[in-house]
Amino acid sequence: MVTGIRDKVAILGMGCAKFGERWDADADNLMVEAYQEAVADAGIEPSMIDAAWLSVAFDAINIGPSGIAASIALRLNNVSVTKVENYCASGTEAFRGAVYAVASGAAQIALAIGVEKLKDTGYGGLPVRTRGTMSDMIGVVGSAPGHFAQLASAYRARHGISRDELKRAMAHISVKSHANGAQNPNAHLRKEIDIETVLNAPMVAEPLGLYDCCGVSDGAACAIVTTPEIARSLGKTDLVTVKALQLAVSNGWELQGSGWDGSYFHTTRIAAERAYREAGIDDPRAQLSLLEVHDCFSITELVTMEDLHISPEGGAVKDVLEGFFDASGPMPCQIDGGLKCFGHPVGASGLRMIYENYLQILGRAGERQRGKPPVLGLSHNLGGMPNQNVAAIAIVGLQGA
Amino acid sequence: MPGILSFGAYIPRLRLQRSAVLAAHGWFNPGLKSLAKGERSFANWDEDVVTMAVEAARGCLRGQSREDVGTMMLASTTAPFADRQNAGIVKEALNLRDDVTTLDFGGSQRAGVSALIQALETVRKDRPVLCVGSEKKKDRPGSEAEMTGGHAAAALLVGAEDGLARLIASHSVSVDFVDHFRGNGETFDFSWEARWIREEGFGKIVPRAIRELLAKAALQASDIDVFVFSSPMRGAALSVAKAAGITPTALTGSLDASVGDSGAAHPLLLLAHALETAKPRQRILVAGFGSGCDAALLERTDASLDPVQRLGVSSWLARAKSEDNYIKYLALNGLIDIERGMRAEIDNRQPLSALWRNRKTVLALIGGRCKKTGTIQFPKSDIEVNPNDRSVGTQEDYPLAEEPARILTHTSDSLTYTPDPPAFYGMVEFEGGGRMYVDFCDAEASEVEVGRPMRMVFRIKGVDETRGFTKYFWKAAPAA
Repeated sequence: MVTGIRDKVAILGMGCAKFGERWDADADNLMVEAYQEAVADAGIEPSMIDAAWLSVAFDAINIGPSGIAASIALRLNNVSVTKVENYCASGTEAFRGAVYAVASGAAQIALAIGVEKLKDTGYGGLPVRTRGTMSDMIGVVGSAPGHFAQLASAYRARHGISRDELKRAMAHISVKSHANGAQNPNAHLRKEIDIETVLNAPMVAEPLGLYDCCGVSDGAACAIVTTPEIARSLGKTDLVTVKALQLAVSNGWELQGSGWDGSYFHTTRIAAERAYREAGIDDPRAQLSLLEVHDCFSITELVTMEDLHISPEGGAVKDVLEGFFDASGPMPCQIDGGLKCFGHPVGASGLRMIYENYLQILGRAGERQRGKPPVLGLSHNLGGMPNQNVAAIAIVGLQGA
Repeated sequence: MPGILSFGAYIPRLRLQRSAVLAAHGWFNPGLKSLAKGERSFANWDEDVVTMAVEAARGCLRGQSREDVGTMMLASTTAPFADRQNAGIVKEALNLRDDVTTLDFGGSQRAGVSALIQALETVRKDRPVLCVGSEKKKDRPGSEAEMTGGHAAAALLVGAEDGLARLIASHSVSVDFVDHFRGNGETFDFSWEARWIREEGFGKIVPRAIRELLAKAALQASDIDVFVFSSPMRGAALSVAKAAGITPTALTGSLDASVGDSGAAHPLLLLAHALETAKPRQRILVAGFGSGCDAALLERTDASLDPVQRLGVSSWLARAKSEDNYIKYLALNGLIDIERGMRAEIDNRQPLSALWRNRKTVLALIGGRCKKTGTIQFPKSDIEVNPNDRSVGTQEDYPLAEEPARILTHTSDSLTYTPDPPAFYGMVEFEGGGRMYVDFCDAEASEVEVGRPMRMVFRIKGVDETRGFTKYFWKAAPAA
């Protein structure tokens, strides 16, 4: 009988490096930056870490193969280090490895560290790379914005919405994230923008303009997890525990089967339903307090609001434009600036999302802290492209919530 | 008697305004002005001799049995591979049987007519020969050849029975008359003086071949109703007709105002065009010049043309996009080294063993159809995609290249590298089932919308410039 992960594992400490164009730092430096904060927060000796998971998506252009790079950078105690890669959902995957190790009893204290050093490519945007031998022969090369822009075309067709109306809702999302990023000292982009700037920006991939796209950043984020019992024995009182951790991976149905119209994420819907069940959430719109979603592009965030069952199908545009997800709204989304402004160091992003929910729940988010600390925070971390992807969802909250 | 059973053609959509060439080069060579009328066709970056041949062949094979084709001939002087049979790639794209004979013809501008004659003279009963001419020549910027050349392909299906036009006789004159040449590894032609070529080449060699051919057939020059002959040299065809005693009005149009001279493919293109309108019992003489002259005499039969085939060449002539950006023409043809950005640096190395394993998927766009559930998918897989049935090993080959499709999702991408930005791509769904994520080509922004009918076309997917390998796959183009 599967009982799920709810309340079995607590977050002992977290850390996050300053995201951005870190011309000063190698991947090693970034990992150390996040790790030191997490270790200090956890209040443990490094020798107490039993196992580690490392997430990185573009190892070919930064740390190379294997988990060795993290073991060396952090001078771990020759413990197991497993490197994971699941496109842009890699960060949540590392977290999942560490959490499952603790839940299984195989480890008492486990580390998840995500890192990405992207700004050594020589150009903006994600690096061009192969997606395998078959894809090289029959796939579309394209760019990330080009793949995600497909959503907008299908969403418009499905819901009969004009390009301008959809563009305006997408622009609202970016304006909101910029406003949030401006409040966050660790964010990559800290400049507020207005809606006209978004609407008039150069086109990257129709209908996504420059401000509909997150940039790529260097960065690292880290989590140290243990059992609630050990956390308490180490003197922790307010425990943030894992309520749900779910991954859904495309099996080719969207791309090869029939029935998917391209306007939503099949996997996110599945992962969300599983996660709500695991966390005991019946009405996510009423019960969740905070969202960190994979806003690689404004349109991704928009459709994700429906895929997470926060907005009704076809209703995200209205919710977005009414400010439902603004920092001051009923359910802030990307209160730290999100991928859009906090930044997107791919292998670290999933952990960065959890980091923000963790800080907010504990009331430690500084100037951007929600007045009333959130109870349950959901993070949604997506890898791949709309027609073929990995959707990862983590829900964290105070123990007992 | 052997004869031509059907015909097809392909003319790239892009047409360069010759006035744009003059605007670029007139300062150096004001003499280009006399040629600066009309437009010429040119292939986009993702089209070459092979892809154009495939498209012409598809038109030619419409309504014909591909299963019966016994020989596939490709004539060109600009085929992409010196050693990897170009006709063999066309054969794979057309999903012809493995036991066909495939042959590359080249080495001369008359190679197209040479191939046609070989097809007519050697065709076996019940195993028609697909004879394709295709040419994509690089012309030196600012040259007369740039003004007069064009890119195109034409295909003729030749059978042992009369068909649309039966063979009366054929003849060859082979002499090493070097009016121009292009050495191995050279990009451009070197040509001798036009007046000498006109007088000693066209003026003597072609009339001799025609005279000897007519003698074989026991006919007179005045018996020729349609004369198919072309030369990029203005007026040369007419002077040949006169020298051979053929009625000047028998000479077909040269398509020089809209296409330009497509080299080895051009006589076949003009022949296909002539077959659109030739009347029963008209005698058609087609001649190809280069290192001598090959000539064939045909007679149009009473067989009727179906309405689609009647437009086999005309429909492509009509499908045109004028281009007055000369630099774009140069860039798309690899004639200028422009800054392409770092995203263009991706290594296009092709694992050849993987291509061999997946040749039907990649080159012929063969998907799978489950024998049990009928589910159609691309590509084929061991375990089928149908969520209600995970049958293993139940899929049979299912060709998708000729299936009409519609756009499901799309974008125009200005970030990703493509030689012809923006990159249009998206998901398409085949009307009979199955779908794929695919690059679009020949598309304008206004044509790309959800639900838009598309047809699949064989194109270059990428070029490994380091190793000189061209990778092919299928793309979706707006359907007419």
